[in-house]
Amino acid sequence: MFPFCEDPSALEGARWMACYLTTGKHMAFYASFGTVLVLLAVTAPLALLFGLGGALATRSAVAPLRWLGQGYTAIVRGVPDVVFFLFFVIALDQGFEWLRHQALCPDWPMPVRQGNDFVVCAAAKLPSNSAPQWMHEAYGFATAVLTFAIVFGAFAANVLSGAMRAVPRAQVETAEAYGMTRRQATRRVLLPQMWTYALPGLSNLWMILVKATPLLFLLGVEDVVYWARELGAMKTSTFDYPHPDWRLWYFLALLAFYLLLTKVSEVVLGRVQRRFSRGQATAAGERLRRAVPAGAPA
Amino acid sequence: MSCWDTVRAYAFRSVHDFSDWWLIPASERLLPRSDFTLCQQVTLIGSGMIWNVYFGVLALAFGFFLAVGLAMARFSENALLRKPADWFVFLFRGSPLFIQFFLAYEALVLLPRAGFEILGVTVETGWLTRAWAGALIVLFFNTSAYAAEIFLGALRSIPKGDLEAAEAYGLTGWTKFRRITFPTMLRLAWPGYTNEAIFLFHATTLVFFSGFPAWRQMGDALYYANYFADKTFNPFVPYPIVALYFVALTLLVIAGFGAVNRRLNRHLPDAAGRVRARPQIVR
Repeated sequence: MFPFCEDPSALEGARWMACYLTTGKHMAFYASFGTVLVLLAVTAPLALLFGLGGALATRSAVAPLRWLGQGYTAIVRGVPDVVFFLFFVIALDQGFEWLRHQALCPDWPMPVRQGNDFVVCAAAKLPSNSAPQWMHEAYGFATAVLTFAIVFGAFAANVLSGAMRAVPRAQVETAEAYGMTRRQATRRVLLPQMWTYALPGLSNLWMILVKATPLLFLLGVEDVVYWARELGAMKTSTFDYPHPDWRLWYFLALLAFYLLLTKVSEVVLGRVQRRFSRGQATAAGERLRRAVPAGAPA
Repeated sequence: MSCWDTVRAYAFRSVHDFSDWWLIPASERLLPRSDFTLCQQVTLIGSGMIWNVYFGVLALAFGFFLAVGLAMARFSENALLRKPADWFVFLFRGSPLFIQFFLAYEALVLLPRAGFEILGVTVETGWLTRAWAGALIVLFFNTSAYAAEIFLGALRSIPKGDLEAAEAYGLTGWTKFRRITFPTMLRLAWPGYTNEAIFLFHATTLVFFSGFPAWRQMGDALYYANYFADKTFNPFVPYPIVALYFVALTLLVIAGFGAVNRRLNRHLPDAAGRVRARPQIVR
């Protein structure tokens, strides 16, 4: 990185540290913080979409769809999310490969499951064996995102269906009295009013999502935890920058990162909540309404 | 090997190191390596549940008292009490449990191997790096912080009239706390605390996937499920087994906490509704 970094063994003190903290692997470590943020940015809307679908399905008039929605929202109540993470990341991979196998190699003679092996034809492999390294990494990340979205979608579906129930019934009944169909009443009355009730639950969910991101490590993605363990481990003198076991310091850095992330989220979500309460016929909205005229011209 | 033999061999496999000094039956040392039967998977994963229950029950039991203390400290007007408690709760609620496990393990490993010399007595430290102690401490602090937040919310929402009535009856200090403040706080906090208990049990599955190694393959339910999924390359059997075990555990927790809730609300004519898991409030 710096011009004086060419011979690491001759360095000392602050210069050694400056060179050490700018090695290629450290750059990958810093980039992995970006991975966490990208995961958050992609997963949150996707999970919200899954959640909306699940919540609407639980209200559906079609019984099988309703059961599907109820089953989806029920799964997260009793079972730890880590179980889903470990399950989906393999199950999704095998599911995709099995589907491709059915489509691409219809006359494959052997069964897919042979004892303890899962064998599909070479064309069905995802990503294919000849694909470059970044394709493998991107595929791993994509399965991780999908896994997160499925699990957090179920949480979000719970929050949203609770919010839909919280919208006063009279509102929907009035819409129906005006001659709107069920679908119109849902789209024009229920959904727009739902958000103010859903926001506290969704804020909570965001905090949980933030705190679940280090689980990417369990899904085999080279994330912040992976690099902290990798870089912090003791380096003998065969390495360019030998040092004792520094994992404690790396994990302290991660702790600081997450504390900052949750603190910032808390402040931002508090503001959003305030913004959404403005003009609402709720206790929080009433408090805001009364707080403003103090000193302001009538 | 019949299924009953498997159960006898593996039911206490997850704690087999402790079999000679506790009343735990000895078990087979080697895990099955091939030709896994459904019975083996159910037995070993069930055996792992011993750890999940152990961590959950002890962390909750100890955490309850620390949480009440923390909530009182945060509710106090004395900044010397309030600030440290605020920071403690912020630290443990603001960071992922997964990172806390790693951090605790790395910190505990750095303690001197030989132990400390305090007043001529050597204090051993090696056991702290083992999951049964180290992870329990982390879970204890973690659940205390989350529960303290719930209890603080309950303390803040104790009806003013109740406290005024207590004072009108001449109750002050400790008597007032013991007879009015504490029971009312508990009653108001209980639905939220039930939820916290459920999620604490779920959080125990992280122990053996973070810094703490599973000593001699003695792990929790998810550890064994992961073992089977890795060996058979089939996630569709072991993970649903863990899921079913946890659904059962969750129902037990809800039943137990529901019984306490009915007792806490027994003086109220119709408020003693059932405690329901409130999935929209997740920790």
